Amino acid sequence: MTAIDTSLAARASSFDRRRLTNSVATVLIGLCIVLALIPLGLVLTYTISKGSRAIGVGFLSHSMRNVTPLSGAGGAYHSIIGTVEQVLIASVISVPLGLMVAIYLVEYGRGRLAATVRFFVDVMTGVPSIVAGLFIYAFWVIGLHKGFSGLAAGLALSVLMLPVVIRSSEEMLKLVPDELREASLALAVPRWKTILRVVLPTASAGLTTGVMLAVGRVTGETAPLLLTAFGFDSIHTDPLRGPQSGLPLFVFAQARSSFQVAIDRAWAGALTLIAIVLVLTVIARVLAGRNRLAA
Amino acid sequence: MSKRIEADDVSAWFGAFKAVEGVSLTIEPKQVTALIGPSGCGKSTFIRTLNRMHEVTPGARMEGSVTLDDEDIYGPGVDATTVRRTIGMVFQRPNPFPTMSIRDNVAAGLRLNGVRKRATLDEVVERSLRGAGLWDEVKDRLGKAGAGLSGGQQQRLCIARAIAVEPEVLLMDEPCSALDPVSTLIIEDLISELKDRYTVVIVTHNMQQAARVSDVTAFFNLAGAGEPGRLVEVGDTPTIFTKPQDERTEAYITGRFG
Repeated sequence: MTAIDTSLAARASSFDRRRLTNSVATVLIGLCIVLALIPLGLVLTYTISKGSRAIGVGFLSHSMRNVTPLSGAGGAYHSIIGTVEQVLIASVISVPLGLMVAIYLVEYGRGRLAATVRFFVDVMTGVPSIVAGLFIYAFWVIGLHKGFSGLAAGLALSVLMLPVVIRSSEEMLKLVPDELREASLALAVPRWKTILRVVLPTASAGLTTGVMLAVGRVTGETAPLLLTAFGFDSIHTDPLRGPQSGLPLFVFAQARSSFQVAIDRAWAGALTLIAIVLVLTVIARVLAGRNRLAA
Repeated sequence: MSKRIEADDVSAWFGAFKAVEGVSLTIEPKQVTALIGPSGCGKSTFIRTLNRMHEVTPGARMEGSVTLDDEDIYGPGVDATTVRRTIGMVFQRPNPFPTMSIRDNVAAGLRLNGVRKRATLDEVVERSLRGAGLWDEVKDRLGKAGAGLSGGQQQRLCIARAIAVEPEVLLMDEPCSALDPVSTLIIEDLISELKDRYTVVIVTHNMQQAARVSDVTAFFNLAGAGEPGRLVEVGDTPTIFTKPQDERTEAYITGRFG
């Protein structure tokens, strides 16, 4: 057996080494944070600097109707309307449905049915967005002769949104301690009311974050819109029939032009898109935060 | 206000694992009955069969009968929520609802079952908090979060919450095991007061606690790891702690195992 040196001098040297390790690790972690933030900062500053050239009241209040190729006029108003409507439709479908599926999986799901549902949710998460668009195109636009519309775009987006909502909500509901469910059940509160009044409020902040991530993800989707909303250069508020624009489609169309005025409009459209997602996130955060109590 | 519980030949399983076997025990009203025994002896599982909380765990089932003043709580047409309204429960770890204020935590059992009248709720909140010995400490901050209280206060909040629905029986599953000695003492004093109004059953790891608070003590034991827990002996607390009939009880209370 080798004796361990327990002298104070030996301990001091091992302490120095630990302090050094600690400093190195701290610096490394700090560097990683900076590295992770660099792309975010670059994307934001670049979009703001490029986008601010064309953005303004005119851009936000005009469509591209009768705008000649070299004209700097025209804007994304029609696309903002389209995006808001399409994302709203997708959310109205996916959020309640996704939440209910997540509640089923966490609170009731046992055995083969739950395992099957989980498997297909995982498969759906991996569906490429163009495939979701293609599916709605084949099934809804062509198959049922509904034609291009904002609704078709909303349906395609909801295909993408649903698994994200289910997965994130499931994780959040799993975080609610079983002790709270038991406490509620032991107070003679029925199971459904326990879920509604104890489990969901406890998880509300996390659920909101998950839903917002899903909204953020589909708001920027371009590929499914190409095959469903198709794109349009005038204001079209009715999402039920007829081609409609959307901000991603607007950016796509403008960025393909060779004229600088169109490129500027594309950047302004991208900036608008980021701003919309940011505003939605802040609103959702504030709403979810109201459920919190001061200690 | 308090009722007698009679458990007859109760066995309980988690899936294929038998946790409790053949427990028959009568729990008298207006007394404190303590269930003691080593870890894994099935005392917590048994207490959960008394208010149908056992069946909440997936894969759990039980056999035997449990009656409350001669009414079968597992009888046809008897709803688990009705049973739980009559037989309240306090858990090992304090579990106030994190999204609710102190007031709402206490009123939760009533509010979540449809009672809306502010005056009724306020009255119940004050009465229950007084009953749990917490009123003076929290009366000025009823709107603050229940989770902001100390551990001992949170546990008394949970007791207030349980007695707010006016049960006949109060089951306590190791209510002090997560608390410091001072909080434990406060809760033990509270238990002695509660038995004037309720039938109290307390599961505890702590033999001194059983000796201090209970009138009747039931000793549970298991033959070995993986074996189901059984009731070894039940009797007046002084008798169990001074002249136990069974040598396993004597071995446990004198600290030779467990």
